[in-house]
Amino acid sequence: MLTTTIVVIASLGYLGLLFAIAYWADRRADQNRSVISNATIYALSLAVYCTAWTFYGSVGRAAATGIGFLPIYIGPTLIAALWGTLLLKMVRVSKSQRITSIADFIASRYGKSHLLGGLVTIIAVLGIVPYIALQLKAISRSFTILLTYPEVSMPNPADSLPLLQDTTLYVALLLAAFTILFGTRHLDASERHEGMVAAIAFESIVKLVAFLSVGIFVTYQLHDGFTDLFDKAENAGILNPLIIDGMKGYENWFALTLLSALAVMMLPRQFQVAVVENSGEQHLRRAVWLFPLYLFLINIFVIPIALAGQLTFVGENVDADTFVLTLPMAHHQGSLTLLAFLGGMSAATGMVIVETIALSTMVCNDLVMPLLLKRWKQIPPDADLSKLLLRIRRGAIILILLLGFLYFRLAGEAYALVSIGLISFSAVAQFAPAMIIGLYWRGGTRSGALAGLLSGFVIWVYTLLLPSFAKSGWLPAGLLEQGPFAIELLKPQALFGLTGLNEITHCLFWSLSFNIGAYILFSLWRTPRVDEATQASLFVDALKNQQFLGVGLWRGTAEVKELLHLAERFLGNERARHLFQAFAKRRKLTDIKQLPADAETVYFAETLLAGAIGSASARVMVSSVTTEETLGMDEVLNILDEASQIRAYSKALERKSHQLEKATRELKEANERLQELDRLKDDFMSSVTHELRTPLASIRAFSEILNDDPDIALNQRRRFLGIIVNETKRLSRLVNQVLDLAKIESGRADWNAEDVDLLEIVEEAISSTEQLFADHGTRVIRALPDHACIVTGDRDRLMQVLLNLLSNANKFVPEQTGEVTVCLISKQDRYEVSVSDNGPGIAAGELPNIFEKFRQAGSASNKPIGTGLGLPISKKIVEHLGGNIWAESTTENGAIFTFALPKKKKAA
Amino acid sequence: MNRSTQTRQRLAGVTLLGFLLFFSPVLTLFDKASEWAGIPISYLYLFGIWLALILLAAWTVEGRKH
Amino acid sequence: MTKTILIVDDEPNIVLSVEYLMKREGYQVMTASDGQVAMEVIADTRPDLLILDVMMPRKNGFEVCREIRADPALSGLPILMLSAKGREAEIKKGISLGADAYITKPFSTHDLVDKVNQLLQSRE
Repeated sequence: MLTTTIVVIASLGYLGLLFAIAYWADRRADQNRSVISNATIYALSLAVYCTAWTFYGSVGRAAATGIGFLPIYIGPTLIAALWGTLLLKMVRVSKSQRITSIADFIASRYGKSHLLGGLVTIIAVLGIVPYIALQLKAISRSFTILLTYPEVSMPNPADSLPLLQDTTLYVALLLAAFTILFGTRHLDASERHEGMVAAIAFESIVKLVAFLSVGIFVTYQLHDGFTDLFDKAENAGILNPLIIDGMKGYENWFALTLLSALAVMMLPRQFQVAVVENSGEQHLRRAVWLFPLYLFLINIFVIPIALAGQLTFVGENVDADTFVLTLPMAHHQGSLTLLAFLGGMSAATGMVIVETIALSTMVCNDLVMPLLLKRWKQIPPDADLSKLLLRIRRGAIILILLLGFLYFRLAGEAYALVSIGLISFSAVAQFAPAMIIGLYWRGGTRSGALAGLLSGFVIWVYTLLLPSFAKSGWLPAGLLEQGPFAIELLKPQALFGLTGLNEITHCLFWSLSFNIGAYILFSLWRTPRVDEATQASLFVDALKNQQFLGVGLWRGTAEVKELLHLAERFLGNERARHLFQAFAKRRKLTDIKQLPADAETVYFAETLLAGAIGSASARVMVSSVTTEETLGMDEVLNILDEASQIRAYSKALERKSHQLEKATRELKEANERLQELDRLKDDFMSSVTHELRTPLASIRAFSEILNDDPDIALNQRRRFLGIIVNETKRLSRLVNQVLDLAKIESGRADWNAEDVDLLEIVEEAISSTEQLFADHGTRVIRALPDHACIVTGDRDRLMQVLLNLLSNANKFVPEQTGEVTVCLISKQDRYEVSVSDNGPGIAAGELPNIFEKFRQAGSASNKPIGTGLGLPISKKIVEHLGGNIWAESTTENGAIFTFALPKKKKAA
Repeated sequence: MNRSTQTRQRLAGVTLLGFLLFFSPVLTLFDKASEWAGIPISYLYLFGIWLALILLAAWTVEGRKH
Repeated sequence: MTKTILIVDDEPNIVLSVEYLMKREGYQVMTASDGQVAMEVIADTRPDLLILDVMMPRKNGFEVCREIRADPALSGLPILMLSAKGREAEIKKGISLGADAYITKPFSTHDLVDKVNQLLQSRE
């Protein structure tokens, strides 16, 4: 038996479970271990689209029109495939600007307009209140029906009960309390309600499981599957298999699909879960198919249940809207009935919670805030407004639910569930032109959006809302029958004489026509103003990587202290400081105090405030504490232009910085080389002075001795004079060689490039040193070829090299027994000239340095007379002529100096 | 053209295909009172096309990863 | 008693001129052509004064100076550095290593002789 107690306990238990899930998810979010950052949960949360209207109403509509419930779900399926661009753009814009509601979105798109935000909010509240009423009605009705279990009887109209005995009132209050607990923990609405999303995703599972359970029970327990059911229905004459017939025309079929495609994006609760609560753009990908799949699954059994209900309750007064509940009841399925009831409740509560949170944000930011700002001067400057804002939101939640209850009491019984839903759909569809066209067309202006929204809204009120009141008996029925003042053309449901459409299609056609028409017409009337153009660009180019654009468009002076104070007033001290601190850290600063009051900081503060009080109010507040320069239209266009080129620029910049890096590296290397050269030069100078000082010292010393001692012995006098002469020669040779070397190294030496015969030069060098060798008693051995060895070079320089090597060799060989061998051989591509001696050789450790300046081999005892520059000069010469020079030595066999020069290339 | 642009264009194709199958005169070909396996052919057509579109979108988005 | 002076230099002409000057003053003279030889000579004969070049093969004048000052047995041996290295830093280095005087080449024979006499007299 299902007793009242069981039903009440199950309901409260279910709500408790929901709350526990939300609490748990919130805790996890606080610990940065989000449970909802998951594509599947995102898609499930989107299924908040399926309300009690789907759960109970689809069956009702199917019973009446056959396939007529289907467009409501096909529309979202078709538009979902476009979410990859459309919804992505909305998400990205909203994240970067901290947009927290659809009203804020539209207001922000058209230059952060309070007027527009307010209008959107009013339309949304008026449009959605009936929809909320519908959920309240569903819960209270299903509860009342359940009370007579297992007897199925339709409850009396709720408005026949006294107010305080109406379950709906208590349902409304309970849901209000629940929503406040869920939705107003933080003020910053851009801080996502993770707990709420988790609970909604859970509810989506519950309602799907409940509906599928009833469907399977009805189709496979009560009947023998689909075929059996269709057979029986056909025999009973209740099956209408024709689509267009059921839809009463092709236009209606199309219009309803279009309507639901728009609504699934424009409904405040859908915007809330799809955009505001989105925790990652990548989640959109799965939603593209998983959300439609959910819709598909929850609709499979709609027709079987509708048919089975009609077969079961023949001649009984049972609403098709209740079949999901009454079918298990009639067949005494206690637990299935309870599951169905909880499924319906989950569908209704999910919708109510999200919708009222979304609407309360809009009411607070777009209706109350502007009023508050008007009285801004009367508010004490140190009042903490964050608590006030929270109270406003909570008040709005209660107000909206009570409005829903009121609508339910006054008009709720006049309509079937599905029709109320469509009235709401039509209202929010009015947002679509301003939203969607505004995302792709820069030219849309504030006045265009205002005109479009206003005209669409007026037509909606006139063709849909007024008739619904008239049908409830609030307005004279004559208004519908004859038109106002009996003017036929203005009949609300046949405007301008248009007949043959159902009321929804009729409303949709006229309202969207006027809406779009006015939007475009007024937008084209004049060009966008500066603030409109700025925002238009931010929205239209949202996918083009332009987050810095908003920053670039602010110019003026501000104080960080003031901005922080402002944030503290709306967000609370702790939270504001925490967020500013985090911002400072992102900018690599350690403290708030170091934050510069630049465009970036102002932009940050403004978006922060936008998250709490809406973009339009944030704009007003920030401009109240800063001095702003108004940018001219030209300037803005320039910046926008620049921004669109920024990507190209940044690529070029990257390239440039690579080049710069390379140049820096090269410069550094060059500098190091230069320093090395400088050091070498220093060493060289130091060596040169040393080498100059030494002979100078001898010359001076002996000159002074000769000068001081007149009676010095003759032979000694001769000896000393000889030394002076030799040292003087050494000195001048040194000076000459230093100059020569400097000339060669600096590249200023004159070189002749002529064909010379190496053999001839060798012979000449030997003959000119003949006397030198003879004095030393050295034997010269020639090992020379008998043909000319032509190389390209400078005759005098080559001679210099050879003389150097020969005199060097002569210096080192022992007197009288010395032997110097000169050898010239032809290798494949070069000639090699070597001069070997039978002197003491060069120690292995000395070999590598032998060609360095002022390095002389040999110990002090037999120090050769030389400048230490002969070999370095020879090396320079040979290398300049494209050859190379090296020394080999074994201490037993003396040293061999060899140089090689390339053969002259045969003339081509 | 990068992969995500291509995916988006394919998805737009799915939407267009859906409009063609649901709203063009193609629909009237199946909007008949005849049955197939005991189920009205119009129902089969609508739910079948619906599911096919969903699977096509799923395959477009998820399928090419592997 | 005649004082002995050790001349250490790798340039034979410098050695020759300094030797002449010292002998003219009445000193006994020994010569060494590099630092290593000098150390051996010092160990054998204990000269009264050292005239020391810096740039020499095997062991340079700075090292010789350091070794002598590190050896207590040689304490009080006057060292006169006679070097072609004339930069401020090099002179300072020589003094800091314990040289008693530093004369740069080319030098004035009079200055050299005066300095040697002065160093030897202050010993007494």
